[in-house]
Amino acid sequence: MAITGLVMIGFLLMHMYGNLKAFLGAEVFDHYAHWLKTDLLYPLLPQGWFIWIFRFVLLACIAAHMYAAAVLTGRAHGARSTKYVTTDRIQETYAARTMRWGGVIIVGFLVFHLLQFTVQAVTPGFTPGTSPYEMVVLSFQQWWLVLAYAIWIVAVCMHVRHGVWSALTTLGANTSPGARRFLDGLAWVIAVVLFVGFMIMPVAVLLGWIN
Amino acid sequence: MNINLRVWRQPNAQTPGKMVSYRVEGVSEDMSFLEMLDLLNEDLTVKGEEPVAFDHDCREGICGMCGVVINGAAHGRSASPVPTTTCQLHMRSFADEATIDVEPWRAGAFPVIKDLVVDRTAFDRIIQAGGFISVNAGSAPEAHSVPAPKAEADRAFDAATCIGCGACVAACPNGSGMLFTSAKITHLAMLPQGQPERYTRVRTMVAQHDDEGFGGCSNIGECAAVCPKQIPLDTISQLNRDLMKSLFKR
Repeated sequence: MAITGLVMIGFLLMHMYGNLKAFLGAEVFDHYAHWLKTDLLYPLLPQGWFIWIFRFVLLACIAAHMYAAAVLTGRAHGARSTKYVTTDRIQETYAARTMRWGGVIIVGFLVFHLLQFTVQAVTPGFTPGTSPYEMVVLSFQQWWLVLAYAIWIVAVCMHVRHGVWSALTTLGANTSPGARRFLDGLAWVIAVVLFVGFMIMPVAVLLGWIN
Repeated sequence: MNINLRVWRQPNAQTPGKMVSYRVEGVSEDMSFLEMLDLLNEDLTVKGEEPVAFDHDCREGICGMCGVVINGAAHGRSASPVPTTTCQLHMRSFADEATIDVEPWRAGAFPVIKDLVVDRTAFDRIIQAGGFISVNAGSAPEAHSVPAPKAEADRAFDAATCIGCGACVAACPNGSGMLFTSAKITHLAMLPQGQPERYTRVRTMVAQHDDEGFGGCSNIGECAAVCPKQIPLDTISQLNRDLMKSLFKR
């Protein structure tokens, strides 16, 4: 869970950085999108290979992450077959409590996201085959889509807030109370950076700063 | 003061249990939680009813025998201002006329024996799987012949204060016994005497922990929050480090 989770957080940071290129205009954004899909790692790899290797690795991470989550959830339910009548949690954060159902919600939105921008089967506001920049701008000019993405990103960032801390702890980084505070802070920083970084572009589109 | 209790009553492991309400009158605020239960049991005995079974021994907070979930928190941690065992929790931590829920530790690996008493021998089997050092018998060596750095010795001692009460398992949303297991791993891994078996120990103890049916750790931290001995959460990271290193050791 830890390793696949950290790989996906690395991807999120890269994805967020790419999105921010929308502020530099249509040409830069579309050029970047084209480079990602065809020219990245060329000529080390033939044109267009990288994106498929990348997709395969990410899908493998998602599958492994979900499989591990299912196994752990099964074990946890078996380990507490009789529930408490009264439960009081002293330490548990809301982010930690919602990891499992939050993960399910995140995957649901992910399917929609891929259908919209990758497969282009669901195309609210734009016609399939337009440039990446137009696709993004025409989509996020609709307030309800920005709202839906905001909900998704909140869910993702809560997952990241517990996930970063938990993954690094599982990998042995929590070596002292000071390290615990540091890892907790780091998780918060990454979650907030991701939230701001992902939401600033759709909001800018909605407000007409990018068009 | 008067207390309204709702206590888990279960005659044995096979019969399903239920919460039963009792009223305990004339409780002194200086009584410990267990003395309040004694008062209830005296009352029940006089009335000819079956007294509530609960585990206890030293009543000084050092043996690890007592432990119930009070108002949803192991050892009543949410009522107490300090980390505590149930025997060191006092009734002054509760309001007069309070309604208090009392339940046993709930874990698949800790089956209920009767009422609030659970079977914690799963912990013994985890210790038997590697929570020891093997030494040749003979006269004890001179203590100073094996130097132990102060920082490591302190960390070992902090981990060694675990009394095996099981509150970590009771509080864990995953029903994991990781804090207990990691306390013993850290205790022995920090000291020179623990080194020869360090990496086989972590493998066998974690395997036994999983075989007992405890859940996995997802780093929520409820265990360390209720631990009467304040075993730090970082012992779990120590266990994970040693477990990963053990992959590369014989």
